[in-house]
Amino acid sequence: MSGERTTDTRQAQAPEDRTYPISDAEVAARAKALQSLLTEKGLISNDVIDKVVSAYESDIGPMLGAKVVARAWSDPEFKKLLLEDANAACEQLGIGGMQGEHMVVVENSAQVHNTVVCTLCSCYPWPVLGLPPNWYKYPQYRSRAVMEPRKVLKEEFGLDIDESVDISVWDSSAEVRYFVLPERPEGTEGMSQEELAALVTRDSMIGVGEPRTPEQTR
Amino acid sequence: MNGVHDLGGMHGLGRVDVEADEPVFHNPWEKATFGILLATMGQGLYNLDEFRHGIEVMNPANYLTSSYYEHWLETMEKNLIEKGVIDQEALEAKTQEFLKNPEASVPQREDPELANNLSQLVRGGASSSREVSAEPRFGVGDRVRTRNVHPQGHTRLPRYVRGKQGVVGRVYDAFVLPDTNAHGEGENPEYVYCVRFDAKEVWGDSAEPREVVHVDLWESYLEPV
Repeated sequence: MSGERTTDTRQAQAPEDRTYPISDAEVAARAKALQSLLTEKGLISNDVIDKVVSAYESDIGPMLGAKVVARAWSDPEFKKLLLEDANAACEQLGIGGMQGEHMVVVENSAQVHNTVVCTLCSCYPWPVLGLPPNWYKYPQYRSRAVMEPRKVLKEEFGLDIDESVDISVWDSSAEVRYFVLPERPEGTEGMSQEELAALVTRDSMIGVGEPRTPEQTR
Repeated sequence: MNGVHDLGGMHGLGRVDVEADEPVFHNPWEKATFGILLATMGQGLYNLDEFRHGIEVMNPANYLTSSYYEHWLETMEKNLIEKGVIDQEALEAKTQEFLKNPEASVPQREDPELANNLSQLVRGGASSSREVSAEPRFGVGDRVRTRNVHPQGHTRLPRYVRGKQGVVGRVYDAFVLPDTNAHGEGENPEYVYCVRFDAKEVWGDSAEPREVVHVDLWESYLEPV
């Protein structure tokens, strides 16, 4: 058994014979069982979960992307670098890593609105946005975003993109991770980068929302 | 494979359900599952392409209705059993133990070196970009057609863009080829191209006006026009 492939994964397989859905209790038990076996083999430890995974609950999240966007809005040289070499720009802010080894920023404008999806699975720019929400990973968005983006944005996210604006949908089918540089809202002249960052939402950086306006944050 | 995961353009799956104030992990087992991925893939027990393909071969009804991290559990169990890291009977027996005693805890173990290594991996990433001696076959502005191929194994050429014409928008690095790397057939890196498709080309009369779809595609997925 060891090292041998027991099934030929080349052949598309027929579903095996069991009933679904699997109960929450069974799923939880399977996860604990797997963690237990791997712990006994010295392949995992509690600090991996308590320290490393916890980083995605506290340190790695959309506030990092917001910093990048705020800096791009404030600093034309940084914006230029961000659009040419997103990884280099983000590294200047100490931002980068897993599932963001090759990032590309796409810029919204009066002519184009950008939206990001992964139709095949759930690829998402973790270093700037953290882990994706379920709606991004589930079949509904993944199936519809490439076919009817304008409708999805309006009906599901309340984002009404004018008919005169093109919509560019980016399907993250390879290892490049896209995120959106939204347009800077009106009435934000003179705001500090911290104040600007507070306007930038996770939704605006994946293309299903716009940044908050100064009025909305009062 | 032409699996249920290949969702682009599918109808009838329903409304997008946005959960207000969604936590990163909905329960402790989701968080543990993420940790198991980091530790097992992070220590090279299987690769990302094998991970993805393990999800693609799930029971289709289960795929569509189960929660996201259940997909991860399924593929990790499959890959770890196939690679001989864990034993299926042992996993089933241990699962039964936890089903009988849901309050029982997982054995405790600290491994600061492993945690540190995985932290570095999180911060540094694991690029699948590779140096190749060949030049890219296509350049920016080239018209290309995606091949009409239907491999039974893993591929990252979505069905909705097979046999379609587009224009190369960007030329990226060469990356490990998922189609072979998912099946123990080597990395075989190829250049990846961001190809721009007019929505009308992809969806015909059903296309929304003023829509463009960009898909990132490996060189062997493409032919010149």
